[in-house]
Order: sequence, then C-alpha cells, then structure tokens
Amino acid sequence: MKSITRQKSLEQIERGLSDWARVFIVGCGTCTTATMTGGLEQVLEMKEQLEKMDKWVSGWTVIPVACDEMTAVSIEEHGRAIADAGCVLAMTCALGVHRLNQYLERPVVPALDTLFIGVEETPGCFREVCGQCGECVLGETAGICPVVTCHKGLVNGPCGGTNRGKCEVDKERDCAWSLIYARLKAQGRLQAMRNYQPPRNHHRMPRPRVTRLV
Amino acid sequence: MSLRSDLESGKFVITAEIGPGKGTDVTEIAEVAELLRGRVTAANVTDQQSSVMRLGSLATCHLLVDHHLEPVLQMTCRDRNRIALQSDLLSAWVLGVHNVLALTGDLPHLGDHKDAIGVYDLDSVQLLSVISRLNEGYDMMGNELQGKPDFFAGAVVNPGADTEASFDLQLFKMEKKIKAGAKFFQTQAVYEPDKFARFMKRVEGFGVPVLAGVIPLKSVGMARYMNKNVSGVFVPEETIQRLAAAEDKTRAGIDLCAELIRDLKDLCQGVHIMPIGWEKRVPEILDKAGL
Repeated sequence: MKSITRQKSLEQIERGLSDWARVFIVGCGTCTTATMTGGLEQVLEMKEQLEKMDKWVSGWTVIPVACDEMTAVSIEEHGRAIADAGCVLAMTCALGVHRLNQYLERPVVPALDTLFIGVEETPGCFREVCGQCGECVLGETAGICPVVTCHKGLVNGPCGGTNRGKCEVDKERDCAWSLIYARLKAQGRLQAMRNYQPPRNHHRMPRPRVTRLV
Repeated sequence: MSLRSDLESGKFVITAEIGPGKGTDVTEIAEVAELLRGRVTAANVTDQQSSVMRLGSLATCHLLVDHHLEPVLQMTCRDRNRIALQSDLLSAWVLGVHNVLALTGDLPHLGDHKDAIGVYDLDSVQLLSVISRLNEGYDMMGNELQGKPDFFAGAVVNPGADTEASFDLQLFKMEKKIKAGAKFFQTQAVYEPDKFARFMKRVEGFGVPVLAGVIPLKSVGMARYMNKNVSGVFVPEETIQRLAAAEDKTRAGIDLCAELIRDLKDLCQGVHIMPIGWEKRVPEILDKAGL
C-alpha cells in the first residue's frame, strides 16, 4: 500500500513559499521515493529549483518513513538547519506533512498533492483499489471495489455508459461492472449480481475518523 | 388518458423528450408543448442533459402541466443528495407532476462544468426504491409523510448491448430496477429492429412495458458519431448510406425515423422519441409513421 502523490506546479510551490527566503526540504524514503515525487533525487532537484527562485536552502533530508513517530528523531538531527530556515518544504504525502507539523513549530508547506492510497500492480503502476468508505462490499463484488473502480461509484450495477466492457469516460478504462461480472461468472456466482445494495451510510464513522485501541 | 392508464390498458404509447434550454426564455417550450399536445401521451423533460447546466426539469415539467401536456420528470442522481432528491419528488407531486424517470445521470466531466462533483449519493436502483417508499407514505428513513404521492415510476435500459456480458449486465440491472419499483422502461436509441426484437424476447417475462427509444438522424456525421461514441447505439451502414444518398437530409431523417417506428411498433408497448433539437418535427414524424 502506498500513499500516491504528485508534485504541485513550481508556481504553486513558489506561492506557498512566498513568505520565506530560507527553506529546509524534507523528503520521504517510503511512498514518495517509490512514486519518485519525494525521494533523494527529487529532493536534490527541488533544491536546484528553489535556488532558481532565489531561495536559500538551509539543508535537506530524506526521512525513512515521514509519517511515523521516528520523524521526531530525524527532525532533531537537523534541528540547526531547520532553525536556520523560515519554513519546511515537505516532499512527503499529507500524512508526512501532518507528522512534521506535530513536531515542528516552523510552518510546513506541502510540495505535493496527495491523490489516493494505491497498490503497485505492476512496476510503476499504482492503482486505487480502496476508497476506505467504511462499508465493504468486496465479498459480493468478486473482490473488485465498485466504489472506486466505477467512475460514479455505483454499487448496483453499471450505468448506461458501459461500452464493450470499457467506461464511456475513458475508453482505456475498464468498466468496473464488466470486471465484476466476469469474475463472478468465473466463480460461478453470477447470482450475486442480483443483490440489492442499499444507500450507503456516509457517516458510518463521522469525520475526522479516529479509532482508539485502548 | 394518462401515461399510467394507457400503459396499463395495453395501448401503444408515444412519448417524446423535451430538453430545456440554457436560460430563462421558455417561448420554445410553450410552442413545443402546443405542438405535442394530443400527439403524445406524455413528454419527458431531461435533467441537465449531458451534464450541461440548463433550466431545471421540475420547473419545465410544471410549465408543461400548465400547457396541459403530461410530463415525465427525468431525475438523475448526479446533482442532488438523498435529501434534495426526496424533497424535489414531493415538490414535483404538489406541482402536478406524477411520472418520474429515475436515472443515474451522466458524469459532470462530460458537460460544461467539468470540475463539478458528481453526487451519486443514491443510484438509479436506490432512487426507484425511495420513490416506492414515498408512494407508501414514508421517506427513506421510515419517517411518516403528511400526505403521500403516487408516482408512476420508470427507468431506462440499453437494449443494444454489444457483447453477451454487457447484455447480461443490462438485464440484471433491469431486473433490479423492476424489483425496486420501475413500472415502465424507456430505452436508449434503437436503430436495428431485429436486434431489438431479440432484446424484447429476453425481457418479455418481466411483464413490464418497454418504450423503444428513437432518435431521428440529422446527418451522416451524427450517425457516425453515435456509432463511435454512444454506448449500445449502432446505426447500420445501410441506414447511413440512405441518408448520405438523400438530397434533402431533413426529409430523409424524418422518413427513416418514421420507418423505424413502424418497424418497432409491433415489437413493444410504445416508442419514446428523443428529437434532440427537432422537437417541432415530432408531429411530422408521427404523421409519416401513421400514428
């Protein structure tokens, strides 16, 4: 599972940093390294870009897992350089931004947009397979989630836009319900196509969602 | 004469579609209503068709009531959550709108407000079951209504599925819609009566009336565009050639549509004409079709 991110445009990043002349850059050794949006190479490229914007980069680091609690230790190691900067530019997903904010008094500016939680299906191809809706129907849909795989998130079968097994929005994209149908058929479970799925409870767990183990 | 009573009595029913325009000018709606009154049993009013923002379906349906033309409120799940959908249904009833066609709705991305969120809080099957519940006197949470509607609810089906799998998928969904309360179906545009006959054979057992959708062809380009882009619609090459060979394309488009209606007449319980801009030509098409 990976947090999938995309770099903001340089204009957006420049706007985010407009209040500060000195910047410290943080990358992440996990998801953003895998997606090549916040690994060592991208952090160094960003350093160059910031210098072209007349920023002074006081330092940079790639934290092994920016979203976990060890981030506190990495920040401490770079305490001096971070103190020299006006802000921290985070080339992490939003979870990393959140974690950095927890430990830093300096403002944290995201350089990336967090898009979705995905799995790497084939090298370099990340797909959203779960929208974390809180009402899992995978047992009745042959393990293919219609909430995220169907463009409209339809849980009671396809819309009229399914065309030769593809979605009308994008002819390259499989229609979720064609995939579900094919798998249910192969499993000898086509009867499941008749199951009525009631309207979803959007407040199964109201936001912000929190669970406590103890 | 009403859509419900005509379909229940087994009469061959004609409906036509009206697409409201963008803006507050309703002159054309009034003109079209006058032309269609007496020629069609009811007129569907599209709901932000193709996700293009326009005058609303509910207000337009109400105008049709004023013009004594029975409306079918098309209601998509794209733009409203379940609270707004139920409220608009109640509003429709008190404004004299008694038929409703439940649809999922095209994606916003296909229209003129591409960045808008698609709501899809309910889907078409769930909307039908909500309508059934309102008819029983309760909202979808089970709260009692003070005064209840008695909607005649319909749904859509695409009979032109191109593969066995998509055909099956359409039938499964059609079955679900019937179970949820659909009392009639209007179909995606049909151009091949033989293929449609096979579809009708498969759905005969459902015992729910089907109105075959027809869209008059205005040009060869339009036919080719639909073949390429519209799911389940296939205009045969022979039809395209006849249109291409014709000197007067409008005449030929009307003739072809009338001919198609005659071919479909014995296969199903009615036709639903979607003129897409040719609303005023509907009477001419019906004349030619002998209806």
